[in-house]
Amino acid sequence: MAEVIWNKKDLLGLEYLTQEEIELILNTADSFKEVTSREIKKVPALRGKTVVNLFYEPSTRTRVSFELAAKRLSADVINIAAETSSVKKGETLIDTGKNIEALKADIIVMRHNYSGAAMMLARHLNISVVNAGDGWHEHPTQALLDMFTLKEKLGKLEGIRVSIIGDIAHSRVARSNIWGLTKLGAKVTVCAPRMLIPPGIEEMGAAVTTDIDVALRDADAVNVLRMQFERDQNSAFPQQMEYFMKYGITEERLAKAKKNLIVMHPGPINRGIEMSSEVADCPQSVILEQVTNGIAVRMAVLFLVSQAREGKNEAAN
Amino acid sequence: MKEKAKLLDQETMNRSLVRIAHEIVEKNKGIQDVCIVGIRTRGVHLAARLAAFIKNIENKDVPVGILDITLYRDDLTMISSQPVVHKTEIDFDMEGKNIILVDDVLYSGRTIRAAMDALIDLGRPRSIQLAVLIDRGHRELPIRPDYVGKNIPTAKNETVEVHLVEVEGVDEVVIVEKDG
Repeated sequence: MAEVIWNKKDLLGLEYLTQEEIELILNTADSFKEVTSREIKKVPALRGKTVVNLFYEPSTRTRVSFELAAKRLSADVINIAAETSSVKKGETLIDTGKNIEALKADIIVMRHNYSGAAMMLARHLNISVVNAGDGWHEHPTQALLDMFTLKEKLGKLEGIRVSIIGDIAHSRVARSNIWGLTKLGAKVTVCAPRMLIPPGIEEMGAAVTTDIDVALRDADAVNVLRMQFERDQNSAFPQQMEYFMKYGITEERLAKAKKNLIVMHPGPINRGIEMSSEVADCPQSVILEQVTNGIAVRMAVLFLVSQAREGKNEAAN
Repeated sequence: MKEKAKLLDQETMNRSLVRIAHEIVEKNKGIQDVCIVGIRTRGVHLAARLAAFIKNIENKDVPVGILDITLYRDDLTMISSQPVVHKTEIDFDMEGKNIILVDDVLYSGRTIRAAMDALIDLGRPRSIQLAVLIDRGHRELPIRPDYVGKNIPTAKNETVEVHLVEVEGVDEVVIVEKDG
């Protein structure tokens, strides 16, 4: 068996990774999960390295997860929230990145509201850039932890059926999941009201339906996205109650699905909108396990990008 | 790379391991509180073999664990081949135990330094003892083995290769000379 070599200094999106590279991340994360279950949850692998969390959008869970992952690898961590930084004084993203590089940081973990921001930054810097969500484009570590959790629960990804329910149009989580899952041989269906399904989803390899019962019927797992009512206020957007009636995951709808259907959600949950409270807390719900697995997956990503061989700009190819 | 000499074959390797198994039992006055931990990759197979030989002697099972030291290496940024992180699998409590750490070749001592750090992060054993199949010298750290299969003085441009049935399909130890 040929050993897979990781030669990318950045993690920008699952679109740019091969099946083998995604599998390497998931396998590495499996080893790190053992570390996170120890009494001393810390290893010296990134001792002396500095990780900068650069967040242009508010985020608590992703930032905390990356921060814990870096700390469990013994790296030093700095958190920069754009609202409190020189961005307010007009500094460009590239300048901010170059300043962080000049401070001799090793990895920038960035969340940005513009699609493609992470890729642009990665092209201009020699240090590693990890995309923690860019606009509507990708959120690779969320998809990786979803896939890790699925693999843990189902034993494999090849051939499994995953339905992604909710605001696909505005969801980087959906996009990263579709890229990653289809590369590993899973069958993905997206389900949402017509106006929340963007064009080009079929070309990414996913099936599309507007009927929630169709999406649930043969699924092994359902990944329920948060309805981002704060993002889109236009009139075509469904009202909260209307959405829950038509697309909310309820016990009645689960009763018609496979018995062991896995229920996932990237958080934070709007109880009573995307899913009922009972479903969020049901035995098939793995929502909190996703949170736990997120740390192991992010440890694996930070470790791998820091070990990249002869990798310059992944963004270039 | 050319092979210079065969140092151990299946028969002599087995004899060395049987002797080490006896020495472990003797030194620890039985196998109460003795646990064996193999360092990935080849130490894992040698640890399993030692445990089997000890069972032949004492008629009791000793706990066996697997240690992956990748995350504890001091040369992560220097080595040319990329290390793959595997799982550490130690499912017994190390508190108060005598741990027999097993590796195939002892050379600079840096692997063992990393392994001791990794072990101590998992608990506080009463003692750590070191068993190696081959000690080839050239230590860079103050580390010495408690049990040695064979001492082999080597030159620095030579490499000692341990081949095991479980990995390469044959039990042998050969010394090879690097070209140039």
